[in-house]
Order: sequence, then C-alpha cells, then structure tokens
Amino acid sequence: MNLLKPALIALVTFASFGAQAAPMGADEARQLLTRSGFAPTEPEVGLYASLSRQNAVDRLLRSVRSTPATPAPGWVNEAIERPGRAGEMSVEERKAFQQRLAQRGFDLRAWWMGEMLTTSTPLAEHMTLFWHNHFVSSLQKVRAPQLMYRQNLLLRRYALGNFGEMLHAIAKDPAMIIYLDSATNRKGAPNENFAREVMELFTLGEGHYSEQDIKEAARAYTGWSLERDTGEFKWRPNIHDDGIKTVLGRSGNFDGDAVLDILLAQPATAEFIVRKLWMEFVSTDTQLPANQAEIRRIAAQFRNSRYEIKVALSGIFNSPRFYAADNRATLVKSPVELVVGAVRQLGIGYGDPIAFVYTTAGLGQNLLAPPNVRGWPGGETWINSTTLLARKQFIERMLRVDELRGTRQPTDTAAAIPNAMPAQTMDVAGDAMHPKKFGKVQGAARARQEGRERMIRASASIQFDSGRYLAHFAGQPEDNLKHAVLPGAPANPLSGDLGQRQLLQALLLDPMYQLK
Amino acid sequence: MNRRNFLKTAAGGAVLGYLPMQAQAAGGNFSNLLILVELKGANDGLNTVVPYADASYYTLRPRIAIKREEVLQLSERAGLNPGLAPLLPLWKGGQMAVVEGVGYPNANLSHFRSIEIWDTASNANEYLHDGWLARAFLANPVPRTFLADGVVVGSNDMGPMENAPKGVALVNTDQFLRQSRLAEKGGFASNPALNHILKVENNIVEAAAGLHGKFEFKTQFPNNAFGNQVKTAAQVAANKSGVAALRLSLGGFDTHQNQPGTHANLMKVLAEGLLALKSSLEEIGRWNSTLVMTYSEFGRRPKENQSSGTDHGTAAPQFVFGGRVKGGLFGQAPQLARLDGNGNLPYAVDFRDLYATVLERWWGVPSRDVLGGRFAGLDLLRA
Repeated sequence: MNLLKPALIALVTFASFGAQAAPMGADEARQLLTRSGFAPTEPEVGLYASLSRQNAVDRLLRSVRSTPATPAPGWVNEAIERPGRAGEMSVEERKAFQQRLAQRGFDLRAWWMGEMLTTSTPLAEHMTLFWHNHFVSSLQKVRAPQLMYRQNLLLRRYALGNFGEMLHAIAKDPAMIIYLDSATNRKGAPNENFAREVMELFTLGEGHYSEQDIKEAARAYTGWSLERDTGEFKWRPNIHDDGIKTVLGRSGNFDGDAVLDILLAQPATAEFIVRKLWMEFVSTDTQLPANQAEIRRIAAQFRNSRYEIKVALSGIFNSPRFYAADNRATLVKSPVELVVGAVRQLGIGYGDPIAFVYTTAGLGQNLLAPPNVRGWPGGETWINSTTLLARKQFIERMLRVDELRGTRQPTDTAAAIPNAMPAQTMDVAGDAMHPKKFGKVQGAARARQEGRERMIRASASIQFDSGRYLAHFAGQPEDNLKHAVLPGAPANPLSGDLGQRQLLQALLLDPMYQLK
Repeated sequence: MNRRNFLKTAAGGAVLGYLPMQAQAAGGNFSNLLILVELKGANDGLNTVVPYADASYYTLRPRIAIKREEVLQLSERAGLNPGLAPLLPLWKGGQMAVVEGVGYPNANLSHFRSIEIWDTASNANEYLHDGWLARAFLANPVPRTFLADGVVVGSNDMGPMENAPKGVALVNTDQFLRQSRLAEKGGFASNPALNHILKVENNIVEAAAGLHGKFEFKTQFPNNAFGNQVKTAAQVAANKSGVAALRLSLGGFDTHQNQPGTHANLMKVLAEGLLALKSSLEEIGRWNSTLVMTYSEFGRRPKENQSSGTDHGTAAPQFVFGGRVKGGLFGQAPQLARLDGNGNLPYAVDFRDLYATVLERWWGVPSRDVLGGRFAGLDLLRA
C-alpha cells in the first residue's frame, strides 16, 4: 500500500497548485461543510469561503483526526463480561449484568455524541458514522460495550485511511466476529453470515457473486474466533477448513484474508463503495448519467490508488456535480445530522450529551444499534409522520428554551419533554432486551428508569440564546440568514415583516430545514 | 355477497357494484377495514399451529415441541399453542381462519430481505420500492373524507404502506394530535426529497383533521406495548372519517435460543391483544367490517437447533380474523416428510394469495397490477 502513497500525495499536491482558482464563496463553503460534516458555524464558513474549491477540499482532508478527543467512559478497559449460559448466572447476577449493559450503552452513546458535538474535524465524525452504517454491528447483539468501543476506535482509525486495510481489520474485529457469527463458523459446520454480508454489503454489492461463492468463501473464513475471556481475536487452526476453495473463479487453499483480497481485486468493489459515498454526500440519484459518469471516474481513481479513501473523497468534493444546482437541497438530513448540526451551528449549550442521544433515537437513529446488518436505510425513509413531528418538536423545544431564557427554572425544560419519551428510552436501552431474556429484564427496566432520570437532567441543562447566533447577521440582509439556515428557498411562505428571531423560528420549522 | 360474486371479481373482470359503498369510494369498498399484525423476527409456525399428530414433529423437536396433551386441538391433526387460548372463542365462533403453509417460491432467509418481499409483494428476485398497500391505494384512492389510507401504529417503518399516498405513522392519537400543529399544509415541489416531506406534512394535517374526539372504550387493553398499539388502532377505527388499513407489530420472534418461554409469552401477548382488538371493534360496531391478518417474514426451521431454539425457515401459518371470516383450516398441513435441502418446509399458499383475498374480495379492487401477477385469493370470507 505504501507504494501508492506518492500517488495520493501527487494528487493532493496537484490540487494545491490549482490554487489560482477563485474563492469558493460562502454558498459553496456551506455546501461543502454541511455535507461533508455537520452544519457549520459562521466563522467556519468564513474561513472556507475565501479558499478555492480545491484548497478547501485539501484543507478538509488534511486536518482530520483519527482518534477521539473526548475522554472515554471509565470502564472501557475493564475485562469484558459475556453472559454465560442462562443457567450459569443467578437471577441477581443477570439483573446486575443487564443493568450494567444498559447503563454502559448510555455512556458509550453519550461519549460518541459528545465527540460529534465538539469535534474539530466534523468530516472525521461524519465518516466514522458512515462506516458504522457500512460495517454494521449492533450493541443489541454484541452485548459487550467494551468491544463496541474498540470497534468505534477502529472505524475512526481508518475512517479516511485505506479501505482495503480497514476491510481486513474490521473482518477480525471482535464486535464484528460476534455480530456476524464468525466464531460459530467452523470446518464442517459453516455459518455463512459473514461470508454473505461481506460480499453483499461490504464490498461487491448484490449481483456480483453467486450462492456458491458464498458457500466457498465461508469455508475460507473458518478458524476466525475470539478469546473467550479477553474478547481478543483468536485464530483457531483446528477449526479452519484448509481444503481448496473456489471463489469468484479463483481456486486455492484460501484463508479469510486471501478471500478478502479477491474481493478487493474486483472492480465492482470500488464502484460499490464510491456509489455509496456518492449517495451519502452528493445525490441518491446514481442513475442520472451525469452522476453515473462521475461515480465511474472516481471509482477508477479510488481503485488505482488501492483504495485510499481520501482519493475517493477528494474526487467527490472536487466534482462539479457536488456543487451543481440540481444536486443541492436534495438529501434528507439524518437524525444525527439534524441534531448535531443544529447544536453546532446555532451554538446550543448542554451539560450532558445524552439528551441528544435520546433525541436521535426517537427520530429513528439509535447510535450503536442500526436496525439490521444493512444499516439505516436513510434518505426519504427517515421521514414519516411520526419522525417528522418528532423532528419539529426537537426544534420547537430548542426555541422554547430560548424563549424561557432567564426566567426559567431547571424543570421547565424537563416539562417540555414529550410524553413519547418512555418509548424512546426503551429504544436506547434495548441492548439489554435480548429476546431470550424476554420477561426477565428487571435489570434493564431499572437502567431505563435511571437513564430516563439522567435524560431529564440532561434536557434541563440545554441552553439556547438565539441572540448570540443572530448577532452574526446583525445589519445584514435577511437573505444571509435564510441562506445560512436553509439549503434552498423556504417551502412555506414567510410573512413580510418578521423580526430576525421570528424569521429564524420560521426557517427552522420550514420543511426545507430537513434537507441538506 | 355470494360465491358467484367472489369468483367474478377474482377472475379479474371489472369490479361490480355489489355494495352500495362502492358508488362513493371510486374503485374500492374501503368501508371494509384491514388490520395487519406483523410478527417481527419470524414467528415459529410449527409451535404456533402444532402438527401434534405427526410423529416427525416430536422427532425433530425433542426439547421444544409442544406436548400433545397441551395443544388446543383445532382438528385431528392441528392444535394451537396453549398461549393462544384467548383466541379459542373466536375459533369456535367460526371467525378465525388458520391458513397453513404460507410462503413464496425461492424463499429468502434474510430477515430484512424477506420482509421487504412481503411488504412490497415482490418476487424473491425482484426489488420493489413501494409497499403493496401503497400501490393498491395509488390505483384505488380512498375517499377524500378519509383521514388516511394506511396508518402504521407504533413503529417507524412504513412496511406495506411505504409511499402510500395518504400514509401516516403514529404512536398514539393524543400525542399525534398535540404535535400535529407543527405541520403545515404545503404544495408540491419538483425536488423529490422536499416533495416527500410536503406530502408527509399534508398527510399529518389531513389525518389530524379527521381524528376528532376520543372514544371511551369499556374494553380492558393489555398493559403492554402491543396492548397500547391495539388501543391506538381502536381509537383510529372509532373515528367517523375512515381509514382503509392499519398495521400493528409485535417484535421478539427471532427465537434462536431458549425458545419455549419466550415464544409462549409472545403467543399470550398476541392472543390477549387480538382479543382486546375484537372486543373494542365490537364496541364500535366494526367487527363485521374488519379483517385482521397476521404476517411474518418467514417461519422457522422444523428441526430445533443446539440452543433450544430454531433457525430461519420458510413457510408458516398465518391467521385471519373478523366478523365476516369463514373460520377453519386453509392451505396445507406442514409437510415434515418433504423438507428441502436446508431442512425447510415447502410452501402451499403464496402470501400474495392472502393479499389478493384482501384486494379482490374484501375491498373489491383488482389485484393483478398491484401484485404483479394473477393470484387467486382464498375463499375465507362470508357474505
């Protein structure tokens, strides 16, 4: 892989030499920053507006963090606990285990949410979340928060690194080993779960392999397992099938890594990944010829770089299609983008990020618990009547905090929490709700109650002063505020004589605010 | 309605105005309500409707089989899981149809893919985006006075109502009404994402306008999440402005491990919820104009696994209830001697035959375009 680094550097350097180009301006800076990360603050927009597109993209790609800045929860280095067979635990032990599991699930989500809210490199967070939704694992199946934490570190480490290296690493990641049943995949008794998903969802995409390829590949992955007590990856040669396998037309005594290399050698992989990135950052209409041509072009660059993710992103963010009018305001913000974007852009204050964990869960995106291995389907499916009203209610709650500022007691905000919260609380605590424990989840119920109390305290600590945000627009034409808040023209008519604050309220509640 | 009419409509000809309502509702008799109940995670059919007289059932399931003396006998070969006891009066009253062996060709054993096949009524190798009910309502719009065409209760995925022209999701009616003031009626936009949001806003406004008042039910609704969904469904059905379909869901059926306790519990929750549904619909005089139908992405493997659970399977029984349902056993008993290479059951009734029954015989609308083919439907309704 190192041989190819010069290619990347050359590409980036070439981009830098093109710096004679005109500054991109505030409008394109907003498009770049909002879509690549989260809705930007006015100072961030100002910084990027003065750069050319290429310089802006270079800057964005150069400065990314690959480790978290927020201190991890205290327990992440504790030995992992795996629930034994039902008989091995007393009722009390099981209860304590479930309570700890649910509690740590809250901790971990709040930690990640905190990192997204405060990061100096939103692109790194956006990509970490992107990979979480690509290489899906769920705490609800893994049931070991330490392992989900380690997986999150892995996703960050490679988020803008090399896709091939990431694929090899995630395949042996302990949380993934549990999530896709790799440890139960043994010689003579194959479990095809990982073999299928790695082709269908992680690399090639449907239609580029056969059922027989899955069967053969599953044999190659046998022997990948975990050390039961430490949760570390363990190679178990005694359960590995060392016969000849034939995968995608190539035969040999392959092990799992060899098969992953076969998948990486397929052109379909680069195109599959770039198409998914395109849908994340540019447009879901990948059939449009103008979009399709760019996807192919960038996929070829990505492949030639041997899967340097920065090469793909540089191609996407420098593409004229990324800035094209017909691709603007066409993507639905995910719940995380909506909430984190609002908090960052508007300067909303908070004590404990757990409040926003509940919000996004209520909007359909419970971090660390995508609905299934395909991840959150996203796009327009984020929005139905329940979630749209919940989105607007989140905004309205922030506006109410602003209105009550100075006069309110801490309980006012808590009172503004909708009654829907118990259901959302259940969602977030779902990690302990494994079906086999149905009816015996007192521990989780207790943790839910504690989680709810923590959430109410957290909600009461939220602060928003619209005046501070609006000060950025003092003396400016109304359009500047409109352009800062909405990616396109408001869908609802605005009455003529709104003050700045009423205008901001109208814009935040406009349907267009749900888009980016 | 008599059998001749059924046959006429099922044959795909023009829908005849055999009910007065059809004159108002262009296309469909949507005064007939459909309530779908999704059993999320793949319900174990063999322990739901137990082939208790088949010795191979006990051979395949030495640890988790329901004992012969415990099943609630429906016939000399089929019996219900004891947890379903609350449904027995319905069975005895001839208002419960048990359709055995429901599935489709080339079964897909992935949860999300298979439920997508059910929700979109596609072939196993075909990828469709819209839900089957969405297509039905697009071709046969519900009357303008309806508060919605389809209402999803208590979950965020629209399932069979994905992209329905007037589809709505809500958790409970009070909360929905409180929040609905945040939505505004809007126009159309050429930007598809924006247009989708505007459509959802419009649907909220229209549904809220149609949801007035609160019916005080005497029915005791079970105090659990499913019971709450049933209560919400009853509240929606009690409104004067109509709705054509509701979808409820009960999760937790993915019983790979220690199945018996979990599954028994689920059966009980399901049966008690359905009983409350019947009772509440009777209170508002709608039991005779409601069809309740269960569905699940697939059944589970006949042979139990090493963890006292079951893995993903294929065909399974589904239930249909209602005041105008012709009770009894339909479809085909599980063919335990004819398992496929993966040890799974052959299917006998295509799930789209159930859908065709709803479309052609319950609503009186053509099913061929909606289902992408001709499906005969089942004779499980009475006039």
